[in-house]
Amino acid sequence: MHLARVIGDVVVTRKDDSLVGIKLLVVQPIAPDGTDAGRALVAVDAAGAGVGETVFFVRGKEASFPFFPVEPPVDAGIVGIVDHWTVEK
Amino acid sequence: MLLAKIVGTVVATRKDPRLVSNKLMVARPVDPRGKVEGSYLVAVDTVDAGVGETVLIVSGSSARMASGMKDCPVDAAIVGIVDAVEISD
Repeated sequence: MHLARVIGDVVVTRKDDSLVGIKLLVVQPIAPDGTDAGRALVAVDAAGAGVGETVFFVRGKEASFPFFPVEPPVDAGIVGIVDHWTVEK
Repeated sequence: MLLAKIVGTVVATRKDPRLVSNKLMVARPVDPRGKVEGSYLVAVDTVDAGVGETVLIVSGSSARMASGMKDCPVDAAIVGIVDAVEISD
């Protein structure tokens, strides 16, 4: 799983039927010190996250698991909202 | 998932039988602000996208979960046509 900051949202009207009702957010992966790490991507939201929050997300087919038994075609999904984290220096 | 701009189409006569009657598009990933980045990729189109449109692409094994792509040998599928991306800075 990866830490990321939610920086925006995506509006998609014409889409795969199984994506209807699922929120799409733009997330920017971050390093433990909070700086950007890598390119931003689109992830589905399974945790009720919003713009500005720090979240963690999974990559791959596992991103669709929160929506079981529906299997939406997604490869990144937010599964938790981070309250705080600490890193040993 | 990736945001990408459709820049062309691919015509392939000799191909895996499971790919017959699927539309293949050439796409170039863009960042959430619309700037192109990275190299081109070929994705199977499941939502009737056209050249010039910004789309949502799912990659990896999740591409097979797109509508009609079960058990197809694909690793990138277009699953939505993007209306708008809102980024808050």
